[in-house]
Amino acid sequence: MRYFTAWRVMHPEKPIEMKQFISFVRKEFHHIFRDRTTMAILLILPVLMLLLFGYAINTEVKNSKIAVYDPSNDTYTRAIIEKMQASEYFSVVKMLKNEQEMSEQFKSGEVKMVIAFSENFHENLLHSGDAQIALIADATDPNSAKSVVNYATAIIAGYQMESQQLQQIPFQIDTQIKLLYNPQMKGAYNFVPGVMGMILMLICAMMTSISIAREKEMGTMEVLLVSPVKPAMLIIAKAIPYFFISLINLTTILLISVFILGVPVAGSLLWLLVLSLVYIFVNLSLGLVISSVVNNQQTALLISGMVLMLPVIMLSGMMFPVENMPVFFQWISQLIPAKWYIIGVKKIMIKGLGFSAIMPQLAVLSGMAVLLIAISIKKFKYRLE
Amino acid sequence: MEKVIVVENLTKAFGRFKAVDQISFEVEKGEIFGFLGANGAGKTTAMRMLCGLSIPTSGKALVAGYDIRTQPEMIKKNIGYMSQKFALYEDLTVAENIRFYAGIYQVPEKEIAPRTQKLLERLGLEHEKDSLVKSLPLGWKQKLAFSVAVFHHPGIVFLDEPTGGVDPVTRRQFWEMIYEATDSGITVFVTTHYMDEAEYCDRVSIMVDGKIAALDTPANLKKEFDANNMDEVFYRLARNASRKAD
Amino acid sequence: MISCKNISKKYKKVQALSDISFEVKPGEIFGLIGPDGAGKTTLFRILTTLILADEGVASVDGLDVVNDYKLIRERVGYMPGRFSLYQDLSVEENLNFFATVFNTTVEENYELVRDIYQQIEPFKTRKAGKLSGGMKQKLALSCALIHKPTVLFLDEPTTGVDPVSRKEFWGMLKNLQQQGITILVSTPYMDEASLCDRIALIQKGRLLTIDSPGKIADGFKKTLLSVSAENMSLLLTDLRTIPEVENCYAFGDSHHITLKNRTSRYEQEHSDSKGKKDNEIEFIINDLKVTLEAKNHLNIIIKEIKPGIEDCFMELSKNNL
Repeated sequence: MRYFTAWRVMHPEKPIEMKQFISFVRKEFHHIFRDRTTMAILLILPVLMLLLFGYAINTEVKNSKIAVYDPSNDTYTRAIIEKMQASEYFSVVKMLKNEQEMSEQFKSGEVKMVIAFSENFHENLLHSGDAQIALIADATDPNSAKSVVNYATAIIAGYQMESQQLQQIPFQIDTQIKLLYNPQMKGAYNFVPGVMGMILMLICAMMTSISIAREKEMGTMEVLLVSPVKPAMLIIAKAIPYFFISLINLTTILLISVFILGVPVAGSLLWLLVLSLVYIFVNLSLGLVISSVVNNQQTALLISGMVLMLPVIMLSGMMFPVENMPVFFQWISQLIPAKWYIIGVKKIMIKGLGFSAIMPQLAVLSGMAVLLIAISIKKFKYRLE
Repeated sequence: MEKVIVVENLTKAFGRFKAVDQISFEVEKGEIFGFLGANGAGKTTAMRMLCGLSIPTSGKALVAGYDIRTQPEMIKKNIGYMSQKFALYEDLTVAENIRFYAGIYQVPEKEIAPRTQKLLERLGLEHEKDSLVKSLPLGWKQKLAFSVAVFHHPGIVFLDEPTGGVDPVTRRQFWEMIYEATDSGITVFVTTHYMDEAEYCDRVSIMVDGKIAALDTPANLKKEFDANNMDEVFYRLARNASRKAD
Repeated sequence: MISCKNISKKYKKVQALSDISFEVKPGEIFGLIGPDGAGKTTLFRILTTLILADEGVASVDGLDVVNDYKLIRERVGYMPGRFSLYQDLSVEENLNFFATVFNTTVEENYELVRDIYQQIEPFKTRKAGKLSGGMKQKLALSCALIHKPTVLFLDEPTTGVDPVSRKEFWGMLKNLQQQGITILVSTPYMDEASLCDRIALIQKGRLLTIDSPGKIADGFKKTLLSVSAENMSLLLTDLRTIPEVENCYAFGDSHHITLKNRTSRYEQEHSDSKGKKDNEIEFIINDLKVTLEAKNHLNIIIKEIKPGIEDCFMELSKNNL
């Protein structure tokens, strides 16, 4: 019997509602801790996702095989080829003797790109200013083709700049591309904020809605409704454990990105946390809204999976730039919380900007949180139908 | 008489816990064999083994002439199975359900149409052929589920609490269908919580704590336990079970 | 204690309940008896304030189910059809949780649940999901009782539970009744009717009758005979071919039959001794025996019996199509 009395003795001053609330939260933690598999997934998922994006799904191009056609073969072209070879992005695997060989190279799929210099390159550059370099890339994989071309252009431009300073040669090929914030064009700078947006949404929205749907499915919701418990308490208690888990995930992601992927937090950590907290609230309330319209775990999973995940991946700017989308989708992307969060995170983490820069994102997310919480409270059913 | 189920010292242990403890019995062709027991007595575990779904820890059993240990696939082809919990797909129509089960039990293509027609006539469901199963009353569903379970003319049909919650009239119609099936030579192996239904069985076994505590015709059991009905027989045997919590 | 007036409820196309009216007196065990799909759960949900009726009014403990739902929720105990426990919490954790939900502690009302809870206390650290059907049922009942409700709603508490556990469970309900709790219980098992003070038979959303089990049996106006013979299956078929037999159903080790127009031939032959019922029944029995013997049945036993609730249910449900 001592077990039963423990609560009373320990917390005699606690009002009834507080007691109920604590007991609810404790129950939720029991559910989570006892479902080892799910908990393991929740904690390991962010790590896996980061590593997957970091290493397996690598949009960076390293050691791309290229071939060179250099009929001019002068000091200038050789220097450019050397630069290419020296960079970590390219390895020159073949010097081509004639133009026919070019198409053969692509057909065999051996090289990603061929660099072709015009004849008498150095001469023309010095005198007529009409020197040409053609970058011909295998665009079957357009993303990597684009990256390869971009790297090559950057290297050529870099070399031109050097030689210009040395020799005062007038600038002929305008390939000036400036890569700000992410000079090595590391993919991690892009996907770390994306993964943050995705994981936090997954844990908060999906897990909260599933856990409420489970109560409905098991029939326990019926018993809880026919009790003096305030529905708001029930709902908030559901959200709390996932709030903590998402904080743990946030920490894991930041640690991995700083220490393993080498993505620093350039701006204020405090504002990053504030932004993340607001984003977490948005997603928790989104989960609550979903749970008020579904009656079983499967639907909850489908809705949060398809209706939430897919747009985040496709439209939030995490994978594909929003500016390139048709106007209609650009409009839709405005409605996705993750989009605003990812922009905000990039501003703080990568660009090192401060509060004033993320104000619009904070404002939008706060607005969304308030709206969603209002909807979820209004939509909560005091009855079964 | 031909024996269609022969069980010898069948045991299933989960760790140290013996869910089924050395049970032995035989079931004859065309018999209605009632398999009773309190919750947790080991009925479900035993039935799973007989259906080839679970491998015994020790002992052996032949079902329809096939060894449950080595020939579970053959057993599955030669038995029908129906349970209260899972029977038909609610979101398929009557005809689609029949077609589906005919398919998985490899009923010859040209047999399907006439057998379906006969089944629907027998149940008076001709007009409901294209209705979704979920729109049928529970009693009809259970009768349909039984018909589907014997659609491929299995030698034995296993019924796991087939009449739970069904109204009294339909429950009786259901048992009449069982009788009809046995008339055509099908052996019926049935569990139930309705003790009056135990009386309809040719022989009844009652499991207590993983063992078979009694096995005989209902009449003999009543005589042996000096009871008025099977309910009393059951109560006397199961009341002292030690394994209520499991 | 509970009162329903003209309650109707429709789901899309299905009329779940039509024109249900009944009253449950304080301290009564009232049974709602009918097969699955009869509308029992819908009625329970209306009374426990979980859903709203389309028509009619209902009150529990003097409180209106629509307007005073909050007050009702504080004082009733409810055990829904599927045992609503947290499978991943232990026996003890479940009980403690529900105690706090109802603003109480286990010790405060331990007296009420003691008899029931003591039976599962040895397993208090076991997860609810690992308990047997009978044990889960006891735990669910303890959880529903922990706040000392005035009215207890038990929706099919014995479904799928073996006969021994069912008997035990009804014993517990009797004890609770003695402690002054009003109990509304539903069940598909007709044999449990006799354990209630009063019952309502329900089918297809309509109440067939409301009364004490004894009075309902008294209301069975026809003569009911039990018939048994060597070959029961053949007997059933043969009985149905006899023109005088109105209904014939298998009932365990015998068949129950009712007769139509049973007096016509008897009256013709015994017009003088009209009114002597015993003789009349004897005549019918003998007549039937002769008919069955002609069909080569052996060991024929025919006797008049008192109808049970199941007989009544089948008779009454004939008129409710």
